[in-house]
Amino acid sequence: MIGRPSPWFDLVRHVTLLAGAAVMLAPFVWMTVTSFKPPHEIFAAELTLLPRQWHAYENYREAFTKVPMLRYLLNGAIVTSAIFALQVLVAVPCAYALAKLDFRGRGLIFAMVLLGILIPSHVPAIPLYIMLWQVKLLNTYAALVIPFVISVFGIFLMRQFFKTVPDELIQAARLDGLSEFAIVWRIMVPAAMPAVISFGIFSVVAHWNDYFWPLLVINSRELAPPPLGVAYFRNEEAGHDYGPLMAGAVIIIAPLVLAFLAAQRRFIEGMTMTGLKG
Amino acid sequence: MTVGNLASAADTVEADRQRDWREALAAMALVGPATALIVVFLIGPLVCIALLSLTDYQLGAKALRFVGLANYAEMFGDRVFRRSLENTLTYVGVVVPLSVFLGLGAALLIEASASLRGFYRTIFFLPVMATLIAMAVVWEFVLHPQFGMLNLALNAIGMTGQDWLHDRKIVLFTFCGIGVWQSLGFNMVLFMAGLTSIPRDLYEAAEVDGAGQAWNRFWTVTWPLLGPVTLFVVVISAIRSFQVFDAIQVLTKGGPNRASEVLLYTMYSEGFEYFRSGYAAAVTMVFLAFVLALALFKTWFLDRRVHYG
Repeated sequence: MIGRPSPWFDLVRHVTLLAGAAVMLAPFVWMTVTSFKPPHEIFAAELTLLPRQWHAYENYREAFTKVPMLRYLLNGAIVTSAIFALQVLVAVPCAYALAKLDFRGRGLIFAMVLLGILIPSHVPAIPLYIMLWQVKLLNTYAALVIPFVISVFGIFLMRQFFKTVPDELIQAARLDGLSEFAIVWRIMVPAAMPAVISFGIFSVVAHWNDYFWPLLVINSRELAPPPLGVAYFRNEEAGHDYGPLMAGAVIIIAPLVLAFLAAQRRFIEGMTMTGLKG
Repeated sequence: MTVGNLASAADTVEADRQRDWREALAAMALVGPATALIVVFLIGPLVCIALLSLTDYQLGAKALRFVGLANYAEMFGDRVFRRSLENTLTYVGVVVPLSVFLGLGAALLIEASASLRGFYRTIFFLPVMATLIAMAVVWEFVLHPQFGMLNLALNAIGMTGQDWLHDRKIVLFTFCGIGVWQSLGFNMVLFMAGLTSIPRDLYEAAEVDGAGQAWNRFWTVTWPLLGPVTLFVVVISAIRSFQVFDAIQVLTKGGPNRASEVLLYTMYSEGFEYFRSGYAAAVTMVFLAFVLALALFKTWFLDRRVHYG
């Protein structure tokens, strides 16, 4: 919006937004300061911000030693990167064909993609669970990855982007003797890097934060991704040991929050696109 | 027309045909894996869940029986399910208007001036990024009746706190509050995308027409264009709200006394705690009906009107 707002409006704007920001930040602040406090200060029933006695080292050490925190983080990294790598491998060639090639069945496949976008991931959970149970893959990394190898949203997103790549570029590549596969990986993907990054942000955020599916298919600590790990921590180890529990929460949200702070515009773009998915 | 021309025309036709054939083959190879996976992991399970809801299948059972609509009849006669449906609709009915209204307010206020714009946007968006389940555990402590920040703050200003998660009259609204906190920033950025897509010319034209004041400008330019965007955000927000599950599963397990039981939690406990797959499939179908109705409304009605992203 343009124009020069009056100083009065400016003041109201800042007061309102600062109040809102305080509410939005409150849980983060409470989490962080609690992770620095010793138990007797946590249970003092006083509204204090900074700890009188610093207990940060003890709390964080406990968060790393009482539960296999590093293992949870590693599991999260393995699962999210495996999912995204496979999603790209499957979705990108399909998106290219849907955007740039003429073949029978294209309409039908695109219709299935559009239908898939409308279905929340909770809906196929029961049949997928039965399927994995029958092939004895429950409680494995494979169970966490396999159902998400296909990303209809990724196909849709990449197709939209590929449609904007000029046909001449592809014709020229064909005249140079490149195969369709080479065109996909050597011409289209580099041209579509912004879309690939958005797709990556969407995928990693969704799967790093996902709790529903790991809750269903994983029941051992060694395989738990971070959200399941934090739930175990809360349920078993530290129900009332809030210092280490809050330290654990800080550790688990830190990677995404730090990445977000470092590349806000990209993250907001990537996440806004999920609006398409709903 | 000479013989040479004819021959080369025939060659071109032949080359075209060969190219078409090669292109079709390449296309098949390119879409094959994705299509197979869509059929196995999306369309197949979708058909499966519909069929399963008509059976008495229990996970691990050797056999299953076709029971027609018996699961649905049981479901709608069941107090727990009706409660679950009611709670879910209440949750959506509270979270959607609040998070859309506050998201719009935040977007308009933040975009109204350049001062601290990035700072506010970052803070309001932060809850969207934070792992919800970790934040649920944090909220549990913030809401702790004795040692939680909220009650301590309320006491400090002379009000009495509540037992936010164990009082069955308020527990659902507590989750609504967490839901609004979490989704407000998401709605805000959707509105910002809508706001920045409003052409600057329109504001200038409005200024020429005498709509110079911020308020007038809002009503003459922003609002009519934002109307369809608002509808879009409402639908997206509703679809996301129907999926409420994480915080409830870890904090209250639908309790106390089913006061925070929601559709996905019912589906989860029937399907994965009691392993009544057939019944859980029927619950899933109800969930799907709501979400799909909203999604189809968005696709067929809105996507044609709103030029978005």
